[in-house]
Amino acid sequence: MAMDASEIERLIKQGIPDADVEITDLRGDGDHYAAMVVSASFEGLPRVRQHQMVYEALQGNMGEALHALALQTSAPKA
Amino acid sequence: MLDEVTKDRISQEVANGDVVLFMKGSAVFPQCGFSATAVQILSHLNIKFRGIDVLSDPAIREGIKEYSQWPTIPQLYVKGEFVGGCDIMREMFETGELQEIFTDKQVALASAGREVG
Repeated sequence: MAMDASEIERLIKQGIPDADVEITDLRGDGDHYAAMVVSASFEGLPRVRQHQMVYEALQGNMGEALHALALQTSAPKA
Repeated sequence: MLDEVTKDRISQEVANGDVVLFMKGSAVFPQCGFSATAVQILSHLNIKFRGIDVLSDPAIREGIKEYSQWPTIPQLYVKGEFVGGCDIMREMFETGELQEIFTDKQVALASAGREVG
């Protein structure tokens, strides 16, 4: 099972509306992605919490349909 | 659903070592690239850790996700505190924050005379 990049992006933006999302297909196989998510709502939060917010936005797909998503999160640089 | 028995078992595992890594496969033979990366980082930092193979224990494998509120494996615990998964470990390793956690929490290094290589 896999998800396509646009669906991942859509879910993240739906969960975190101001997010800047960049998805990279790491192997070109539609199953191994890297996601860079930048959002002001991450400001001041520990990294674990930032990733949890993205996972929440992915509504249970992470670890299931989406096995391999390398995640990087940050708040926008001032 | 995380039942009480599984929850207690996980709590015990977490408390059972300074550094505990819930992973797929063993430290010697990781069964997944993300778990392998986590092991590499800890080995590189010369950190002694206990690896728990979730593949050999379905209850822990499902239970740990709910316990940590974290959907993927590996998962790193240091002195009972959840640090994060593979991506967080890698990022914190690159920025030096991971080393700081081990220093701050006074985690013992693996044997000093360990061979390099």
